[in-house]
Amino acid sequence: MYRALKNNILTWLFKWRGPERGVIVLRQRRVFILPTRQGILFAVIIILMLVGSVNYDLSLGFILAFLMGATGIQSMLHTFRNLAHLRISPGRTQSVFAGEHAQFQINIANTTRADRYSVGISSDRLTADYVDVPAGDEVTATVRIPAIRRGWLRPGRLTLFTRFPVGLFRAWSYVDPDVSCLVYPAPASVGTALPLPEAGAGDGGVHGQGYDEFSGLRPYRPGDSPRHIAWKAVARDTALLTKQFSGRADAELWLAWEALPAAMDTERRIAHLTRWVLDADAQGLAYGLRLPGTTIPITAGSAQRSACLRALALYGTAADRA
Amino acid sequence: MALLPTALEGRAIAPRQTAWLAAAFVLASAPHLTRFPLWLSALILLITGWRMYLAWRNLKTPTKWLLAIVAIGSSLGILFQYRTLLGRDAGVALLVVMLALKLLETRSQRDGMLLGFLGCFLLVTNFLHSQTIPTAVYMLGCAWLLIANLITLQYTGKWPGWRAPVWRAGVLLAQAIPLMAVLFLLFPRVQGPLWGLPRDAYAGLSGLSDNMSPGSLNSLILSDAVAFRAAFRNKIPEPRELYWRGPVLWDYDGRTWTAPRIVQRQDELPKGDGRFEYTVTLEPHNKRWLFALEFPGMRPPRSMATRDMQLLSFTPVRNRIRYDMVSSLLPTYGADDEREVLMRSLRLPAQANPRTTAFAQELRRKFPVDRNLVEEVLSQFRNQNFVYTLSPPLLGEHPVDEFLFDTRRGFCEHYASAFAVLMRAAGIPARVVTGYLGGEVNPVGEYILVRQADAHAWVEIWLDNAGWMRVDPTAAVSPARVERGIASALPLSDALPMFVRGDFEFLQRMRLTWDSVTYTWNQWVLGYTPERQRLFLTRLGFSEATWQTLAVILLICAGIAVLIGAVLTLRELRSARSDAVKAAYERFCRKLAGHGLRRGAAEGPQGFASRASQVRPDLAAAVHDITKRYVELRYGRNADDHALQDLKQRVRRFAA
Repeated sequence: MYRALKNNILTWLFKWRGPERGVIVLRQRRVFILPTRQGILFAVIIILMLVGSVNYDLSLGFILAFLMGATGIQSMLHTFRNLAHLRISPGRTQSVFAGEHAQFQINIANTTRADRYSVGISSDRLTADYVDVPAGDEVTATVRIPAIRRGWLRPGRLTLFTRFPVGLFRAWSYVDPDVSCLVYPAPASVGTALPLPEAGAGDGGVHGQGYDEFSGLRPYRPGDSPRHIAWKAVARDTALLTKQFSGRADAELWLAWEALPAAMDTERRIAHLTRWVLDADAQGLAYGLRLPGTTIPITAGSAQRSACLRALALYGTAADRA
Repeated sequence: MALLPTALEGRAIAPRQTAWLAAAFVLASAPHLTRFPLWLSALILLITGWRMYLAWRNLKTPTKWLLAIVAIGSSLGILFQYRTLLGRDAGVALLVVMLALKLLETRSQRDGMLLGFLGCFLLVTNFLHSQTIPTAVYMLGCAWLLIANLITLQYTGKWPGWRAPVWRAGVLLAQAIPLMAVLFLLFPRVQGPLWGLPRDAYAGLSGLSDNMSPGSLNSLILSDAVAFRAAFRNKIPEPRELYWRGPVLWDYDGRTWTAPRIVQRQDELPKGDGRFEYTVTLEPHNKRWLFALEFPGMRPPRSMATRDMQLLSFTPVRNRIRYDMVSSLLPTYGADDEREVLMRSLRLPAQANPRTTAFAQELRRKFPVDRNLVEEVLSQFRNQNFVYTLSPPLLGEHPVDEFLFDTRRGFCEHYASAFAVLMRAAGIPARVVTGYLGGEVNPVGEYILVRQADAHAWVEIWLDNAGWMRVDPTAAVSPARVERGIASALPLSDALPMFVRGDFEFLQRMRLTWDSVTYTWNQWVLGYTPERQRLFLTRLGFSEATWQTLAVILLICAGIAVLIGAVLTLRELRSARSDAVKAAYERFCRKLAGHGLRRGAAEGPQGFASRASQVRPDLAAAVHDITKRYVELRYGRNADDHALQDLKQRVRRFAA
């Protein structure tokens, strides 16, 4: 009850409205400002200065106290200016596996004449990415959000804030850019054997041995089996590389929902299927994916991998968006 | 609110920032360090140096218990040195030591900010000792540096260097000035003190005291501190009319003249001709006397007048005060004084100065008429070899005897004392008046500057039918002292404060100009008391204002000042030039759209211009001109602010 009421009040106060498309401009009405704890401490010290000045009749004490107070007020305007009129737009995102951190890139453009310093952006109020945005420039800040569940992940309401220049005030603004990141299911542990290719569909006879023939190296992708990492190449270079093997195209490899034990629950099935997709892709095999209600025909390559992972990520979720 | 910031307070601060903080701290406490006992200043500098060393070598700050030991040790030292921890000076010493220790343990941004805030407080304590213009400028510099320090702590990117924070701090301070001025003028002032001040609060205020013994004026005469300034509304009086009346000393114990503890009040001062009208700005001297030319014709507020023409403030003068004053030359006064009063001005200790007493009785026999006797004594001062000097020989048990008959060297207090004793011994009522004589006319500011060095003592005698009459025996010995000031009265070998003797005309002129600036500073900045504030508001037309009205005035004026600051700050939010160019062009398009000429979504500026000029040939020239300028600014290379202003102006003038 209390929480709902508080939420309503905050929604009204800060004009929270769902995700916004396109460029979000931090208009003056969206920027809020309050003194920080240090700001309050500063005010207390100014009051002490005034009391001392009254007591010892120090005219210059009055002047200094008033000057400091006025500087504090003026710093409030500077803090406000440090945030106002910034233009926020979503940048690129990259799909991640559940259990990793999704990284949302947020572009912050400054079309005004004032340089901006130490603008923080945070999704959880605990950690923030700080950027400086010179006048007429655009920089990219990154928001890291832990991807816990598969499916679409939205960064939700982000807080942009700043305490520059003096730290007596904190200006902040809420933005909810319309951006989302696809979170692939976490794959089951390495070592789950691939199912047998289905007989009769092709010439048959060869059982999952197509991954002997080394055909080249490609950059490491999350989910690649460590067995396939080219450790020798790693020793030479810094980037991880994965060994690719050419499979036998004549085997029809179906990664099928129903191939898994009937007792398995949905998430474990999906984890297994994900592992299979990754392994099959790592081995350069052509494969297809069968889920209840969805079938992805057999083919190989990174587009296939993405399509399958996407289908797995979104399986059974309400948001089956484009 | 649950909207806590992503905290930066715990962030460690860079060694360079620590060095900056240490520098700001040393500068802010430097004036105190010159006043502290040597061991304390050395300790503070040692701690600061240690911190800088630790920052430089990137070493760990010392542990808490070490800090605690140093804190307790230095507190004990201060207690031992000042005999208290609560007094003003001891309190300041304690504050500086604690700040130094805080600096030593400063590691995080939070510590740094706290140190910056307390540094601002430290600046105020410097004003306890000096509120001159140089101090003010110095402290402003320190405040600037402290704010710059606070700003460096807020950068999250790379170290910004010192230029940017110092510049921004300067901008902040400059923009804060309007609001500061409003608050200074209108913020309701309360007359202090709010609580009992420590006993040492007024240490170091100098001025005339309520007694005079041989040599007691000497320290004053060697001081060039300002006693007061007087601005005359009409003609500045002649030097020989500038007798500034102060304490009147009635009682003599053979060595020391003392002012009576109990005074007789006089509610109505004789009016006189009121020929001198002036305003006195009196420096604090921690005594009750208010100085005025002889003879004061009115009482300043919160003061009283006495029968012997002293003006006494109700409370000791501990702040610089201003009062208007009218003085007149009175032909006679006090002619109707009672017998008891006159008896008091005849009293002499029985055993003291026997030779003087004998000499006076002999004179009395020779000159039965009072006036003749006075003439005779003055002519003896004049003609026998009496010398006016500030370094007289020391006097023994019977100072007047030794002075009159042996040493014959002395200055005003010796002459006044000897003369008064002679008069009393001869049966003429006499008393010593102390005060100031003369002063320096400052042509720059048109006022008279009176220094402690102008301290003087003279005598008043009471004659039948004439009342009290001023006699200045010093004038008999050294007329130059009266006519041209103390510097011309002394032999060149005598030590005098540098400023009193004016040898170099250029220096003299500079000094006078500087003093005039100081005078204005004192009047308008330091002398802005609750009383002056009321006066100021009266002049604005709010004489009977209630506090509600005053609050409204304050709020309105502060609002205007903040608005000025906001305009200065937020104009930087205007779009950068490229957007301004676009905005100007869009405005132009809107103007054309008002006439049904709408630019298509894919229509380029040139195409739109040709279409527009076909539809409205009358506007063709202007349309093409604006379009050309727009294209040049937006896509050309040599675009400057001037061209932008030009475009904007043309768009503004464009009438579709």
